Amino acid sequence: MGRYFLKRLLQGVVVIFGVTVLVFVVTRLVGDPVKVMLPLEATAEQRAEFERQLGLDRPMAVQFVDFMGGLTRLDFGESLWQRRPAMTIVLEKLPLTLQLAFLGVGLALMLSIPLGILAALRPGGLADRSTVFLSLIGLSVPQFWLGLLLIVILAVQLHWLPTSGIGTPAHLLLPTVTMALPALARLVMIVRSSMIDELNQQYIKTCFAKGLSFRRVIGVHALRNAALPVVTLCGWELIRAVAGYSVVVETVFAWPGLGLTAIQALERDDLILLQAIVFVVAILVVAINILMDLVYKAIDPRLELA
Amino acid sequence: MNTADLHPDPRPRRFASVQGLFGELWRDKAGFLGVALMGALLFMAAAAPLLAPHPPTAQDLRARLVPPAWEEEGSRKHLLGTDHLGRDVLSRVIYGARVSLAVGAVVVLLAGSFGVVLGLLAGYRGGRTDSLIMRWIDTQVAFPGLLIALIILAVIGPSMLTVILVLAFNGWMVYGRMTRGLVLSVRQTAYVEAAEMVGCSATRVIFRHILPNLTSPLLTLAILEFARIVLAEAALSFLGMGIQPPATSWGLDVAAGKNYMFRAWWLVTFPGIAISITVLAINLVASWLRLISDPQEREKQFARQMRALSARRRRRRPEAVTP
Repeated sequence: MGRYFLKRLLQGVVVIFGVTVLVFVVTRLVGDPVKVMLPLEATAEQRAEFERQLGLDRPMAVQFVDFMGGLTRLDFGESLWQRRPAMTIVLEKLPLTLQLAFLGVGLALMLSIPLGILAALRPGGLADRSTVFLSLIGLSVPQFWLGLLLIVILAVQLHWLPTSGIGTPAHLLLPTVTMALPALARLVMIVRSSMIDELNQQYIKTCFAKGLSFRRVIGVHALRNAALPVVTLCGWELIRAVAGYSVVVETVFAWPGLGLTAIQALERDDLILLQAIVFVVAILVVAINILMDLVYKAIDPRLELA
Repeated sequence: MNTADLHPDPRPRRFASVQGLFGELWRDKAGFLGVALMGALLFMAAAAPLLAPHPPTAQDLRARLVPPAWEEEGSRKHLLGTDHLGRDVLSRVIYGARVSLAVGAVVVLLAGSFGVVLGLLAGYRGGRTDSLIMRWIDTQVAFPGLLIALIILAVIGPSMLTVILVLAFNGWMVYGRMTRGLVLSVRQTAYVEAAEMVGCSATRVIFRHILPNLTSPLLTLAILEFARIVLAEAALSFLGMGIQPPATSWGLDVAAGKNYMFRAWWLVTFPGIAISITVLAINLVASWLRLISDPQEREKQFARQMRALSARRRRRRPEAVTP
């Protein structure tokens, strides 16, 4: 067990190292950071000064060592846009992104279990077919478009909810629903298929035969055995929400988390802030992965982690 | 199972299988809808200059933000209205299909061939090659893909080519993993052993004996990935980091329409519907393909058909069942 987690931790370090090397290569070798970050009309002296400031005039190897050294101290330098340490900005925005991601995936999970079970009780029945069809539609609708539609209908036409921003619980509703949709569509499918598999097992018949209530057989015995693939997918959905969907959803709803900040940094050509965001998100992805392993072990003690 | 398998057919095998496929398609209404929609979209993309009433970038500043034809102020000239520069929304939606489908197809081809080749290598060679490739895949799968795509696009500058490269870079790992798994299961079969025994070269064994047997699961995966890529391209273009104007893309049009969302609902709505229909069509085709190519699913389907058949017989002749 301990060895297993040491191995996973090492894998995580490799991932984070890979991400940083990739970001370093892309920003320093493939592109010219000075060209990206300074306006076109900057003079040669200004360019040279800027290069010296960021230490870009030194040999690449020295720059790399310096870059990695900064990482170990979680120091990326100052954001060009906000003139503050990039890491401070990232840590400030992180809770908002996590809040949205957990709420969205949580909502999706809560809805997917009853819907998936309902569909699995009679495969091929009306409830099943409509659930499958609706989740196919849910998978096909682009998330940013769904968000915009919700804004137009619920916020602009009906004035029920605020269009964007943060503050009250009402502000949470639309972003959470938008975040939840693709996760919900995939989770329903997986709950349905793994429940169908479990309900066909012999032990279900035994449970009914010894007189357990319907609710107990489905909700405790079958569900617990069907949970493993669902948990796996949940972990993936969390990762997708933090590392991908947050950018889109936060942009649509002006939700000031990491995703929106990334887009703003992009618009202002602030590569330093962008690097910090990518680094922190990579750490989050690794952390969620390791967390998922712990959850597996808790759910299914038979599992040999090796 | 189709009827051709039950009753030997005197006609040449290929015709029978094409007919069987069509019959099966007709039976699965959702799959049929998907294939029909997909065909219509391909036709729309190919014949865009013939179908579109206006060039997609033609501006008409006197006819800006004209609503769709069925609204009060709409005009017959612009069926789905015009945008803030007076460009025809219908024409832009029609031309948008070209970009989406082309980007999707090229990315799937690029990422698919790279991933499949690496997966074949890993699965066939085993040992150190395998663990090296798999470790690479494991590492890259855990990357925050979208953010890295954004950083790359910011540095090299967004264009159709860079979007394709970035999406392929982010998406090849699925194929690698799946191919390796499939190769491992095929590796020990008798026909691969036989091919090796008679002295086929490794390349020949891999490409002539193993690869053809992986076609159907890989095809399903490729189509599912195609749907994902269409969505990803739309999202990148929406964020301003994908296809750049003057080119047309559905995601780009939604982003442009966002600023006029409160006055002109049609600007956001129609390109979004176009994306949704495209992805839905691809998803329907993929799930149908999975159903017909998965032996377990086919067995279930066959059992269902037999049940339905006997139920129908029972309804017609109740006395025949309870003698």
